[in-house]
Amino acid sequence: MAEMQLLLPLISISSFALLAVLSDAFTRKTKEITYYVSLIGLIVTSITAIYAMALPANTSALTNPLDSISKGMVVFGGYTYFFDILFCLSAFMTILASRDYLTKAYTEYKEYYSLILFSVSGMMMIAHAGNLVMIFIGIETMSIPFYILTGFIRNRYRSVESALKYFLLGSFATGFLLYGMAMIYGATGTTDLALIPLKFKELTFNPTYLSIGIGLIIIGLSFKVAAFPFHQWAPDVYEGAPTVITGFMSTAGKAAALVGFIIIARALVPNVYFAAYSSRTAQSVQLVIAIISAATMLIGNISALVQKNIKRMLAYSSIAHAGYLLMGIVANNQHGLNGILFYSAAYLFMQIGAFIIISVLENAKADNLDLDNYKGLYKTHPYLAAMLAMFMFSLAGIPPMGGFFGKYYLFAAAIESGFVWLTIVAVISSIISVYFYIGLVLNMYFKENDGEEFPDVKGAYIISLLIATVGILVIGIYPSILMDIITGLW
Amino acid sequence: MLPIVPLGYYLGLSAIIFIIGSIGVMTRRSAIIIFMSIELMLNSVNLAFVSFSSFLGDTTGQIFVFFIMSVAAAESAVGLAIIIALFRNKQTIYVDEVNLMRW
Repeated sequence: MAEMQLLLPLISISSFALLAVLSDAFTRKTKEITYYVSLIGLIVTSITAIYAMALPANTSALTNPLDSISKGMVVFGGYTYFFDILFCLSAFMTILASRDYLTKAYTEYKEYYSLILFSVSGMMMIAHAGNLVMIFIGIETMSIPFYILTGFIRNRYRSVESALKYFLLGSFATGFLLYGMAMIYGATGTTDLALIPLKFKELTFNPTYLSIGIGLIIIGLSFKVAAFPFHQWAPDVYEGAPTVITGFMSTAGKAAALVGFIIIARALVPNVYFAAYSSRTAQSVQLVIAIISAATMLIGNISALVQKNIKRMLAYSSIAHAGYLLMGIVANNQHGLNGILFYSAAYLFMQIGAFIIISVLENAKADNLDLDNYKGLYKTHPYLAAMLAMFMFSLAGIPPMGGFFGKYYLFAAAIESGFVWLTIVAVISSIISVYFYIGLVLNMYFKENDGEEFPDVKGAYIISLLIATVGILVIGIYPSILMDIITGLW
Repeated sequence: MLPIVPLGYYLGLSAIIFIIGSIGVMTRRSAIIIFMSIELMLNSVNLAFVSFSSFLGDTTGQIFVFFIMSVAAAESAVGLAIIIALFRNKQTIYVDEVNLMRW
């Protein structure tokens, strides 16, 4: 029964997602109930995840997966619960900010909340995946609600258009991912990620199928994390989607796809090289991911320089951040993986915080999203301007914000594993990024307001913003708090 | 005893179907045809899985195919709904006319 306790977070999120749908069906009149059910569901899931994380690590499900009920399909490590909590937190912040945003766009339908819970359950499946089947199911359970949520404001043409683009390119990427999985299955005869490295050790695999499979899987996952050269969908989708959803997709969705990437990369690029052939494959895979990472950072930051629309600018910057996160996979050592956990947490706070502020300031027609519209914001909304400036400093990686230490850990890990050139590219691209982040701050503080009026909304979004602000300040000033939790999770 | 068809033939067929599908996605204009091409790609994956499964004597691949089929069904429900929403807004389903933002 110890395993049921470990499975609790997954069971809880799925039950609450179904409960949210049912409450929607049985309460026609009020919208409150679905909203509160989803919030309670996320809180309960986080608590069960913390509980499962604190369980002693010697349960049989952890030591010998094949004896367990789930037969190694689901893995339970510290990092899985860490990501569970992260996903629940981001969904919680998003839902709190969504209510007023949707009311503003006259689209507060109750399905919204259950769709968010379903996508969170998909993300948690990816984090817990121990098998290629689980990764596939998780990615789809996450993506299908995202397609709907992107087009959620269905009478706004821009939203529907971005949903169509996201849907077509997302399913196209799924095709590549699946073909890669089929090839890896053909090469090794198993889809269990724990058994694949053993096949390398025994040299019982087909190298041709394996190389094709690895290539196709890297293409598919690059699509999902929006990495170069498959990043083109991201700016359009992130611009057209409802702003709160953009914040959710670009943090939790990206982190989830990245976990899938890590889990697959750890199976295909084992830390210990078993044989001459596998070592050569591993090194070339590592080099390919390094090149993708470097190109992603540069393209993301350079394209962000010329953007006029704030959502589009942050979309490009989120592409660049995917590049930084990929450095942790390239490093392929303990510090790199810890760095990914740390940076995902920091990135979650700053990116969701920035998007929530944008969603609050957005007007009903969503046409005041240019950088010029933010001139003189500090006069009309001093607190929001201060917070947005803080998030921008954090995204740029300026101490003492959380983003600085995240970058520091990732860069240090890349140097440790010998990828000095990658670190140099990363430093150069983060210097480029300072230009446009600070540009927004300059617009807010040192330019005159040209009669721009922002809607004055009050609501629950303040709680989300407080969580985000406190989060990046705490992990920026005392990074050791988070680092102590993270160390030893992998 | 009949000679069995070698694995390479099945994989070749599956690769050809996959390539036809991806060319269809990249060259066609209508969202529905693009969507059909994507389904073609998923079906070529199913063929690859089933043939590997049969030649390896392992059932995992066939079970994987069931998952792919059910996910493809869910995806098509959502996809067609999005295409209908697009048609209501714009009275077209041609992706080259859907370019408010740069593609």
